[in-house]
Order: sequence, then structure tokens, then C-alpha cells
Amino acid sequence: MYGDWLKPSTEASNSQMKFAVQINSSPFQTQSGATAYQFTKAALALGHEIIRVFFYRDGAYHGLATRPSPDDENHPAHDWSELARNHGVDLVICISAAQRRGLPVEADHDDGNAARLSEGFRIAGLGLWVDACLKADRFIVF
Amino acid sequence: VSKRFLFVMQSCPHVGTQLEENLDMILTAASMDQTVSLLFLDDGVFQLLEGQNPAVIGRKHVAPIFQALPLYDVDSFWIELESLQERSLEDRALTLPVQVVARSKVAALMASHDIVVMC
Repeated sequence: MYGDWLKPSTEASNSQMKFAVQINSSPFQTQSGATAYQFTKAALALGHEIIRVFFYRDGAYHGLATRPSPDDENHPAHDWSELARNHGVDLVICISAAQRRGLPVEADHDDGNAARLSEGFRIAGLGLWVDACLKADRFIVF
Repeated sequence: VSKRFLFVMQSCPHVGTQLEENLDMILTAASMDQTVSLLFLDDGVFQLLEGQNPAVIGRKHVAPIFQALPLYDVDSFWIELESLQERSLEDRALTLPVQVVARSKVAALMASHDIVVMC
């Protein structure tokens, strides 16, 4: 059901691709974050590796646990948390993007983040974005 | 490990915090010893116009930040010819020493980099 181009080619059927994913937009305004989620899920299902999902700019809004979850709406943070739980996907919210937007999070070691971030999310700097780019075969911005 | 990063600057300056957050990415990549180039196209060419006075709208001037990039070994700047022409800007002074690239060559320029960041 997903794009054929994601499947390993026949010449290199054992080849597993490593992806770094960046999400720049808020879950409230555009489809990008949801598309990134579907992409990530599909890539994992096909045996590829997701090095990291890096939430930048308004993407920083994706991981907030403090958002209520109405029964009849999607909750992007919970979807991502499930991927982290089941596949160990590293979900990193950029500290500078979060602080620029006044989100109540601090550096990684701050225990207070646990109550504010959905399971599996952590806070770190842009260095981890570069790190993901260096480890990945493909870098994709949503 | 070092890769070649190309940041594609596509939007006007002073649009929210877009440019500031682009520069944060650029400086982080440069400070981690990556090879960094910038390509200005579409409305991104407005970022380099000489003679801007952003103080009147309470914004910071971006030219000094761009001009500081060579200190971080970022000195490869490209601008797309057609983007300038479509905006009647081809004769305007620019704040950086840029190399002009034709639209037909942009795909090859992108292909010569490992990481292309549309921003």
C-alpha cells in the first residue's frame, strides 16, 4: 500500500536504508507531521532503520503530553510514543525551537520534562540533528 | 565524518523566525566541521538585498549575520539567476559575494551535496 520506491530494490534485496527525519510544522496546521508519521511507520514496516526523528520549528509542538486527548481526535504525540515504544525510535525535540516558543521544557536531564513530554520524546540540541544526518543514508524534511 | 550540506533559502527575510532558525542550523552544521553551502532561490533572493532597513518594522538586520558566516568557513554562496530576473533584481547590489547559477543547473548543484535542507 505504500510507495514501491521504499521497498529494497531487487539488485540489493538485503539493503536496509537508514533514514533521518525532520518535522518542521505544527500538528495543528498542516498534514506534514501526519505524513511523516505514516512514512516512518511504513519505513519501519519494510525493515528500514529510522536513525532519529528531529522535531524543529513548530514541529516542537508534537511531543507535548499536556495536550488533552479528546476521544474522537487523533493525538499525534500518542502515535509517535507508540512508535518509540514498539520500535525504539529516537524522538528528539529541539531545545532552541521549544524555548523560542515558550514551551515549558528544559535540558535533557531535567526530570520535570517527564510530565510535560509524551513517552519516548526527549529534549536536545541541533547537534543531534547533524548527528542524524551524518548517520543516515537519506535525510527527509517534512 | 563530514558531509556536504546545502541549505536552500527559499523564503523572504523577516517571515516569523524562519531565517533565525535557518541560521541556527547552518551555524550548528558549520561548527561541527561540515562543509556548508547556501543556495538562494525563489523569494529567498530577497534575503541578500543591499540597503534593507528592517529596524522600521522592529526586526534585526540579517546582513551582518550572513557576512559573519565566512568566520565559520561557510563561504560558498549560490543564487539562482531566474529567481533574480523574475523579481527584476538582477542589477541590485547584494550583501554577499554570490555565484550565480542558472535554473537548469540547480538540480546538478543539489546532486553534488550529501544533505539538501529546504528551508
